[in-house]
Formats: sequence, structure tokens, C-alpha cells
Amino acid sequence: MFFFSLMQFTASKQPENCLLGPESDSQRTLYPYVTGTSVVALKYKDGILMAADMGGSYGSTLRYKSVERMKPIGKHSLLGASGEISDFQEILKYLDELILYDNMWDDGNSLGPKEVHNYLTRVMYNRRNKFNPLWNSLVLGGVKKGEKYLGTVSMIGVNFEDNHVATGFGNHLARPILRQEWHENLSFEDGVKLLEKCMRVLLYRDRSAINKLQIAKITEEGMTISPPYSLKTYWEFAAFENPTQGAVGSW
Amino acid sequence: MTKQQANWSPYDNNGGSCVAIAGADYCVIAADTRMSTGYNILTRDYSKICKLADKCVMASSGFQADVRALQKQLAARHLIYQHQHNKQMSCPAMAQLLSNTLYYKRFFPYYSFNVLGGLDNEGKGCVFTYDAVGSYEKVGYSSQGSGSTLIMPFLDNQLKSPSPLLLPAQDAVTPLVEAEAIDLVKTVFASASERDIYTVRRQTRTCYHKCSWYPPGIHGT
Repeated sequence: MFFFSLMQFTASKQPENCLLGPESDSQRTLYPYVTGTSVVALKYKDGILMAADMGGSYGSTLRYKSVERMKPIGKHSLLGASGEISDFQEILKYLDELILYDNMWDDGNSLGPKEVHNYLTRVMYNRRNKFNPLWNSLVLGGVKKGEKYLGTVSMIGVNFEDNHVATGFGNHLARPILRQEWHENLSFEDGVKLLEKCMRVLLYRDRSAINKLQIAKITEEGMTISPPYSLKTYWEFAAFENPTQGAVGSW
Repeated sequence: MTKQQANWSPYDNNGGSCVAIAGADYCVIAADTRMSTGYNILTRDYSKICKLADKCVMASSGFQADVRALQKQLAARHLIYQHQHNKQMSCPAMAQLLSNTLYYKRFFPYYSFNVLGGLDNEGKGCVFTYDAVGSYEKVGYSSQGSGSTLIMPFLDNQLKSPSPLLLPAQDAVTPLVEAEAIDLVKTVFASASERDIYTVRRQTRTCYHKCSWYPPGIHGT
């Protein structure tokens, strides 16, 4: 059989025969700078519901508080992104061009969510192949000809579709809730309630989450995105009232 | 100035197991339906099986993005083949193509562990097993993926193939009937899922039969 080893990547001086290419190629993405946190989405009776907060963190600083991390794509799709905001903006530029060319054909056909998801997967995978990834986790949802579609792509190109998806912390905190409580043909109100339940848990437990979110809905008719609003939170749980009661000196 | 270390890996292991068993006039290919990353489940309903040609199906586990890219590559090459030769690729031909495609990326491999199954030109079942860089072998049965260390010994016990070193060459395909082979596959996944966290009982299973073939369906047990 064969021996497979992981490679070490460096940004400093390299020997010429290194796989990484010329040294002037130090423009690769190494870390994300301004990041958005989780996106959560689910299929409901009429289409897709997606939620994301409006925070753009610069490390541990909450730098931007009105970042729209969900955007409509063409007639049938909705894209939500977490991770590096500037890379998300670049993805929107790519998609702008994609949709433009699609419209220019003027043939009555339009790219559906499946096609857009496939395109994004290819883009993300190809950037990963060049060792210069777009540092995002994307959620792509939409409805075309009555068929609902919800998929996700990671920064290295891992993609799949499901009835509910989430990125980042949402995978750990929101998906278990969705696995328990999601069912086919959720009404709009139930879907929103379920999403809010997920977003509330994220708000309590994800330190990069902020209490200013939007919920977007996409159906056969089109896409609507709610104005920013905040969730009600409750901090008076008895167990947290005097947490060190039973263990003096603890914190 | 200390060397900068990468803080991301271009690879991930999305787990799962694949199995294929060849018989005299059939071939069973199966793969479980879980897709994971680390200790998390990404989705419970993902098919690792891809139909490459009329009589040739590939089951792959490993890094899903590479698997998907590999499937697309092979599908595209098969389309060109059909245009040029006016016929479908046979399973042994596809087997060679897969090997070449994997080796092409020998120095940045597809992290994909494949099992190819189908019927050869005489209608006999054939299974080909691969590593990530393209070394392959025609066998009577095989498993790949996270559960293969658990599955393979069990298949060896149940289906022990004659050694390929024997002369005259003996048939590697199992004498079992198709229904028995399917039962065996179900058992294999039931067992592997007990101890491998990345494998579940639920599987997608395809059976090729000499006369007709059953489209891939999700069969749970």
C-alpha cells in the first residue's frame, strides 16, 4: 500500500521545489479577520427559513453590528454565510456575475438553488485546491418549481443537503434541537418559533453572537427578509441566582 | 521569526464504510448513510454510492469534497468515452480509469477510499478495491472506509477467497446466492455500526443482476 503524510505549510522562506509556489504568493488567506457567527436554516411548508445575527467580530471585539449575512441570489435562492465577511462579499461578486450571465441568455430559464449550490461548491473546492480558501461556511436555500432545496458548503468544499442545516456553533447547539423538533410541513409561525429557539440558545452560549438578528424567508413567490429585531432573554433562572451558594470560595 | 503553521487542513475525514460482494451473476454494493466531521454528525441521509456507467457503480468514503470531485471527473470522462466509442464503459475499463485518475493526483491525493462494483462483459460480478492513490486489485469482495478494519475480517471469515497465487487460477467470486449476499451485507453493517462511531446500520444498497439491475435504494435494517 502507500504512505500518506500531512504537509507543513510555511509563509517564510521556502526551497524552490516546494509545492506552495513562489514566495511572492504570500497573499493566501491564513486567518479570518472580520467574522460572522452561525447561520441556521430549515425547510418549512412553503419554502426555506433562514436566520443569522448581524454581528461582524474582529477577533473578540464586536466591530460591526449591522452586517447582513443573508442575501438573495437570483430569483430562487437565498445565501447565508458565516466566517470571513470580506470573502462573503467576494462570493457575492462571483454570484452577481453568474446571475448576470444567466439573465443575459434571456431564454426564460433561471438558475435554481441546486445549480447555485453546485457552483458555490466548485468555487470553494477550487480555492481549497489552490491553498487559498474562502474562509466561509455557506448555507444555500431556495424553491424552484415547487421543489424546496437547502444545502451547505464548508470552506474546504464539503457539501450536502438536508432538511435543516447550520454553520459553526449552530452545528453543536441548534442542530440537536432541530433533529428533535423539526418535522415536514412546518407552518411559517412554527418554523420561525423553532428558529428563534435555536437562535436564543446560540445567544446564551455563543460568545460571538449578538442580540440583533434577521430571519429570511424564501418561497416560490420570492424572498423576504425581516427588519433587524432582538430576542427576549431570561436571566433570572434560580440556578444562576447565587451560583456559588453550595461552594463558598468558588466562582 | 518562528515558522508560521497552517491553521487549516485541506483534508477532512467524513467517515463511513463501503462494501461490495461479487457473485457468479450479480454484484452487491453498499455504503452507510452517515456523514460526519470529528465527533459531529453533519447529516444522516447521505449516499456514498455513485453510478458511473450502466454496469458499474462506485462506493467511496473519506473526504466528501474529494469524493464528489472524483465522481464528477469520472462521469465527465465516461461521457467523452461514450461520444468516442458509442458504447458504455465496461466495469474493468472504468476500474483502470479510476486508478489512473487517482494516481494523477499522487502528490495532492483525492482522500477517497473506493470500492468499484458491477458486472464485467460476460455478466459475471466483479469488485475492484482501491487505496487513495490508485493501487487496485480485482477481488471477490471488499470493504473500505472507517469500518473496513471491522468488516474485512468478517467478510474473510464468511467468504474466504482462494489465494490469487494458486495455479490454475481460481474464481474469486462467491458461490453464495444473491439473497444470501444481501443478507450478509445487512449483517455486516449491523455489526460494524456497533463499534465504529462513523458507521451506521442504515445503508444505500445497489444490486447488479445479469439480466437487470435494481436502482440504488435506501434499505435500512
